[in-house]
Amino acid sequence: MLTVLLILIPFIAGLIAFGLKGSGPKVLGMISSLATVVIAIGAWGRFGTAPDSLNFVANWIPQLGSQFRVGLDGMGVMLCLLTAIAFLLVFITIYNRNYERSNSFYGLMLLSQAGLMGVFTAFDALQFYIFWELALIPVYFLCSLWGGEKRIAVTFKFFIYTFLGSLLMLVGIIYLYFQTPDHSFSWASFTSMHLNPEDQKWLFWLFFVAFAIKMPVFPFHTWQPDTYEQSPTPVTMILSGVMVKMGLFAVLRWLLPVIPQGAAMWSDVAIVLCIIGIIYASCIAMVQNDLKRLIAYSSIAHIGLMCAAIFANNEQSLQGVMIQMFNHGINIIGLWIIVEIIQQRLGVKNLDQMGGMAQKAPRMAIFLVIISLANIGLPLTNGFIGEFLMFSGLFQYNHWFMAFAGLGIILAAVYTLGMIQKIIFGQGNTLTDTTTDLQPGETLALSLVVIMILVLGVYPKPMLDLVSSTSEVVNKLF
Amino acid sequence: MNALISTALSGVVLMFVGLFVRNKQHIKFFAIAAVIIAFIANLAQYPSVELGGYVMYGMIEVTKFGVLFNAVALGATLLYFLLSGSEFEKVGEHVADYFALIFFILAGISLAASFSNLLMLFLAIEIMSIPQYILAGADKKNLKSNEASLKYFLMGAFSTGILLMGITLIYGAAGTFNITELGLGAESVHPLALCGIILMVFALSFKVSAVPFHFWTPDVYDGSPTVFTSFMSTVVKAGGFIAFLRMFHTSFAGGTISEHWTLILSIITAATLILGNFSAVFQQSVKRMLAYSSIAQAGFMLFAVIAMNNMGTQGVILYSAAYSIATIGVFAVLMKLKDYTFEGFNGLARKQPLLAVAVTIFLFSLAGIPITAGFFAKYFVLSAAIQHGHLLWLVILAVLCAAISVYYYFRVIIAMYFKQGDPGVENITGGFKAALILAIALVLVLGLFPNLLLCWL
Repeated sequence: MLTVLLILIPFIAGLIAFGLKGSGPKVLGMISSLATVVIAIGAWGRFGTAPDSLNFVANWIPQLGSQFRVGLDGMGVMLCLLTAIAFLLVFITIYNRNYERSNSFYGLMLLSQAGLMGVFTAFDALQFYIFWELALIPVYFLCSLWGGEKRIAVTFKFFIYTFLGSLLMLVGIIYLYFQTPDHSFSWASFTSMHLNPEDQKWLFWLFFVAFAIKMPVFPFHTWQPDTYEQSPTPVTMILSGVMVKMGLFAVLRWLLPVIPQGAAMWSDVAIVLCIIGIIYASCIAMVQNDLKRLIAYSSIAHIGLMCAAIFANNEQSLQGVMIQMFNHGINIIGLWIIVEIIQQRLGVKNLDQMGGMAQKAPRMAIFLVIISLANIGLPLTNGFIGEFLMFSGLFQYNHWFMAFAGLGIILAAVYTLGMIQKIIFGQGNTLTDTTTDLQPGETLALSLVVIMILVLGVYPKPMLDLVSSTSEVVNKLF
Repeated sequence: MNALISTALSGVVLMFVGLFVRNKQHIKFFAIAAVIIAFIANLAQYPSVELGGYVMYGMIEVTKFGVLFNAVALGATLLYFLLSGSEFEKVGEHVADYFALIFFILAGISLAASFSNLLMLFLAIEIMSIPQYILAGADKKNLKSNEASLKYFLMGAFSTGILLMGITLIYGAAGTFNITELGLGAESVHPLALCGIILMVFALSFKVSAVPFHFWTPDVYDGSPTVFTSFMSTVVKAGGFIAFLRMFHTSFAGGTISEHWTLILSIITAATLILGNFSAVFQQSVKRMLAYSSIAQAGFMLFAVIAMNNMGTQGVILYSAAYSIATIGVFAVLMKLKDYTFEGFNGLARKQPLLAVAVTIFLFSLAGIPITAGFFAKYFVLSAAIQHGHLLWLVILAVLCAAISVYYYFRVIIAMYFKQGDPGVENITGGFKAALILAIALVLVLGLFPNLLLCWL
């Protein structure tokens, strides 16, 4: 039942939020996201003691063999926790902002949270597809209504791009459905059927393209920098912190276990695409002057590494990917919170108009340094353990791949440190001299991020324990 | 059978009502009552045909499928009357006649859903078509309306001729008009039958405006009074598909014969999808965009005819319902606007939030986005094609076209929500809003539980 609540609470809160006025939506959003965090933690506790109680099945369309089937495994618990925490952080950060038509803003945000929860808990392919789309639609409206100047064209491209990918996946899902012996959409029947390798060869691409667009992996990434730049920052946090994880999650849940031979056949191609993406995105990030675009490109590089590690196909790399999904989510949301603060204070997002903010906003500077270092995977921060596992997994798979992917780390250090330097050090200008330091709400959100970074950096065992069962299952089926 | 009788009678009665009742509101209420009666009478027949079809002199066979389709058509017409019934009086003086003609079309549709003889097929198609020629030209003083009527009539007469030739050739090969006894394709296929089938494919493709027999569609739909375009492009088109499906599934499905026409129809489908979607992208007027969108949607419905399986039969019912409700809804809102271009929708969300939400949901349904009826409609027809086994290329093409369709449907949404403007909107009555909410509810309920409709099949 807990699992259903994870979807229902944000869904109902979202619908109610549309009808509220004044600060009502804000408060409701806060209450709902706190409640989801509590339930997600509760689900984590329950997962340790009685994992079966997290599954829930109800009849939906019996003629089609589709059921409302939700459940949680280790990876699911972790991603639901990430989703819950991400929305809480976003709501804390923007608590003092006043958005125009805030009832629709919070309503759409909460609906997209419900969609995301649905994606991470679905164990029925049709239901998975429906939630996959439902998570997208509120985000489309959020970006188009509250985004930057070029928002309409940019989000339109984003929508059509992802919609096309989803439809290809739908074709794949229907095809697989007819291959299952009992004509069912359940994950169990999808993973237990025997597909011939010829079919797996092309089926792989129907799914991979859909997921690669979402992540995004080179060459399907062109929507991403524009969308991140034009979206309102709270939405960018959700997009980069949680939504891109949908793609990685989907590969782990619906691609590797379902089409194992297809994935094995194409894994080299997929890894090469990812590595091209890592190096290409890192190079562009190095010469970026726009802060939001810089982080967007760095995100492509990080996701590329995670996707490559998935296809390296061994237990170490899979475990690394799974905990990195959580950690990357936390780190990038932390970075976006700081971007939001800077943008709020200065009104610009070009790096050459910044500088010397350490003097005026020392607390923000400290947070920025810690989060950035975590983002490049410094030891004792949460980013390290995941990257270490992924690289060692890639190394076992192929030395050369690991060597090229490793370039990404060096480049990441270059652009991240360059970014820190340009923002907080150097000479201040008229713009930055008037900056003020963090407000209590912002401090709270950033402190939560930094606490998670340090705790998970020093003691990652609980996360690793959580995902180890899933990575074993995926690895065995693969 | 009940649907056929009740709609035909209602049509005749309505013509006379026009002589004695001067109040146009009353005529509208009378028409709504008549369609409700027909709906109930049709459903009353369901229990008697649940176990087996009811055959009448080898001419008509009423089946569960036919009754269900009639229910969809009559239900959609009811919604159409509720939403757009008051637009009739803006077209011209003879409101009762327009309603009567609509009922005659409905009689044709119910015949199309249950014919079992080629003669009846011909009659059904004609009864459906002739009132449409009149309705297209109902705006007598408008040149475009006249052009639409004449064009439709000439092209329609031409295609009916082709249909007749096809029927004749098939009769020559089989020696019977009864569609269940044609027995074609059991062994080798007679060349006469083959020609006949190809001619029938062409004629029926014309009726459902499939490419390359679609050239009349944009002009006719654009030129006709909008209120009739709304009906012609939805319920009537669905009726054409039912005739198509019934004819080909009953007579031309078994044995080797299906190989001969599947390829042709696949190519027609592919052309319909590509041309319909690409042309819709370039339209400036929403009305014309909907005309091309109806061509594009016909491409999806053709899947059901080609696939020849149970999934396709269910798909065509669901598709008819989803497509008709959504398109009727969009047209109803369109008629309330002064400007039919995309710019005419600018800023509608601020001025009339309910209308904007309704149009958004209807367009989501047309685009096939989940939890709307349109999603499951697309799901069923695509499933039918995938189950067929040899149509995967067509499915991938359809999916690409569906992504294109998002482009032109979302232009309306973008105009309503993200652009500034002051659209001229006519007075919106409470009844209109209530009907709109009913339509939204139908779209969402069918989008969550399609089995509510399909469990009757």
